[in-house]
Amino acid sequence: MNDPVQVASALAAHGYLADDRIAQVVYLATRLDKPILVEGPAGVGKTELAKALAAASSRRLIRLQCYEGLDEAKALYEWNYRKQLLRLQADRGHEWDEVEGDIFTEDFLLARPLLEAIRSPDPVVLLVDEVDRVEVETEALLLEILADFQVSIPELGTIRSTSTPMVVLTSNNTRELSEALKRRCLFLHIGYPTVEREQEILQSRVPDLEDDLAAQIATLVRSVRGFNVRKPPSVSESIDWARTLLALGVADLDAEAAVDTLHVILKHQPDIEIAAGQLSES
Amino acid sequence: MLPVLTGFIAALRDAGVPVSMVEAIDAANAVRHIDIGSRSALRAALGATLVKNVRHLAAFELVFETFFAIQRPDEESSTEISSGTTATGEGTGGAAEVDDLLAVLTSALATGDEAMIAAVARIAVTRFSGIVPGRPVGGTYYLYRVLRRLDIDSLRDGLIVETVDADATPLQRRLAIEEIDLRLAAFREQVRAEIRGRLVADRGPEAVARTLRRPLIEDVDLATATRQELAEIERVLHPLTRKLAVRLAQRRRQGRVGRLDVRATMRRSLSSGGSPVDPRFRHPRPGRPDLVLLCDISGSVATFARFTMQVVVSIASQLSRVRSFAFIDTVDEVTSFVAPGTDFSEAMRRIGTEAEVVWLDGHSDYGNSFGVFVERHLEALTQKSTVIVTGDARTNYHDPNLGALREIAAASGALFWLNPEHHRYWDTGDSVMGTYAEVCDEVYEVRNLRQLEAFVEKVALPTTRPIRRVV
Repeated sequence: MNDPVQVASALAAHGYLADDRIAQVVYLATRLDKPILVEGPAGVGKTELAKALAAASSRRLIRLQCYEGLDEAKALYEWNYRKQLLRLQADRGHEWDEVEGDIFTEDFLLARPLLEAIRSPDPVVLLVDEVDRVEVETEALLLEILADFQVSIPELGTIRSTSTPMVVLTSNNTRELSEALKRRCLFLHIGYPTVEREQEILQSRVPDLEDDLAAQIATLVRSVRGFNVRKPPSVSESIDWARTLLALGVADLDAEAAVDTLHVILKHQPDIEIAAGQLSES
Repeated sequence: MLPVLTGFIAALRDAGVPVSMVEAIDAANAVRHIDIGSRSALRAALGATLVKNVRHLAAFELVFETFFAIQRPDEESSTEISSGTTATGEGTGGAAEVDDLLAVLTSALATGDEAMIAAVARIAVTRFSGIVPGRPVGGTYYLYRVLRRLDIDSLRDGLIVETVDADATPLQRRLAIEEIDLRLAAFREQVRAEIRGRLVADRGPEAVARTLRRPLIEDVDLATATRQELAEIERVLHPLTRKLAVRLAQRRRQGRVGRLDVRATMRRSLSSGGSPVDPRFRHPRPGRPDLVLLCDISGSVATFARFTMQVVVSIASQLSRVRSFAFIDTVDEVTSFVAPGTDFSEAMRRIGTEAEVVWLDGHSDYGNSFGVFVERHLEALTQKSTVIVTGDARTNYHDPNLGALREIAAASGALFWLNPEHHRYWDTGDSVMGTYAEVCDEVYEVRNLRQLEAFVEKVALPTTRPIRRVV
């Protein structure tokens, strides 16, 4: 992947249609060896980008799903204390010094996603999904990895990566990420696509879709995004909509068919009412 | 490249985008890897390294457009500009010329021919803007001049007639019109970019960047916001409140350590041979405050009241109960109008027409409103409730009725006042902020979204509420 155009075509080969900006930033990230922080509304393909990137560069994808309460033991590494206990019991009668050196070795280390990504002999793609869900303090866990691609374990020393992993972090922007984290990343905001791009995405995801219907869906979805709704429909919703309409055998998306299937793209009752009102009155 | 880059970063910082040293170095590094001739590559590289917040993207785009404006060594334009500086100051170009240009523009817009639209924008700016080199006028003035000559509104009507089939369904018609509006907006943007390019060529990017500086949307004064800014605020308000709600929920749970969880601790102790080395605690469940909003919705402060209600209602899940009251010269409960999920502009219109907020003349009368509240709604308050009054405390020289507010304060746990006016203007003219402040726990100046967000966050966390002094 030597220039942005190649990046875009490599991603496209694996079903991800990147716009110019996405291709540029991904290309830069590979050049600068920097993590990409992808932000944007839910369902615009942030996680998909990481998956396609892994497929396109034929690397293994290691995923760390973030949630509130995620800690070191689940993100980084943990000592396998059961195994250590067994070892201690098996070694009964030996001097403590010998045993201690024994039980704090890599054999007793349970690698969690972050450490796994660092230790992997082959280059990988590390996806840190929904990083905005962890607490600010937990973010600090990521800093060492993001900047230097290494992990420090007090008992073992520092483990450096043998190959540089490609790191993608995604955020739904439910809270402000710390400056320290942002500083270490390239920032990529993915918004809703243009009508043309959305149409292409629909056709690549739903192969049987007619051109006309795809164009109609894309324009109508853009229009619905302009309504005053709580959760505007995302790309994943418009793909669902395309599948639904296809399954129902709708060839021409008129106001009636749209209103009947609105629940596929809008998930709140007040939203559906607003959109139904707007569409049928126009 | 480096001097340009440092100038660019300085302009970004001026525009309110925080750029750290490390990020500047990253940008310089990134630029080495890209095709410097490509604007889109440069934009992506600088955007990814220098801007780390969606809300700063608009400011970035503007500064980028200014610094890396497309400048053509266009002889025609320079001669045209000088001939445009005639005594009248109006651009040249007769009516026939305008018609020709309009015909080209209409067909370009109808087919969506972007190259042609850009070309028309260029010519239109050359002919009609009458840019005078060295004259310290903002770009908006020239934009207005160009668009006035082109008469965008009738252009839009013409386009609608031309592109929308007569037998189109209402839905098709609607979508087609939306498309036209988007293309017109794009054209307007082209014209703006073109003007900016000319200004940059004339005065240099730094000077233009300074005139373009606009406050970030969180810092826009709500009282003086333009319609466009209000729409922008409206757009960021929803994600902002969602963020606020999530943050409050997290802070609430993390705020304190709960009681010892004996069962979990025992279970945990099995792995250490029965010694409870790792005590577990229950998740704390602190009480939620009970909020009563009392908003002045008379003309001058209506926008502010509406945003306050919107923010508070959207974090309702973090509060045990929210009741909203609106007043002008008398007060009425409006909780049902602003239930979560309602359309707020519609709700405010209904409050204006259906709720009983006007008693005599429709000028705000705080004294009477507080009096009526005490008379009819005092049962809404308990010692657990927090009362938030919003308004400018301008009584139109009516009796402030401090006693009523004192009763409200006594019946509630805390009383806050949010004033959308700059504190410099408090107690001037008919403002009695100082008088009311005596019985309020605290009075805040809240003029923009940032202050509003900070205040709401503070109130919704029970740990930070002030200890009630004796009234």
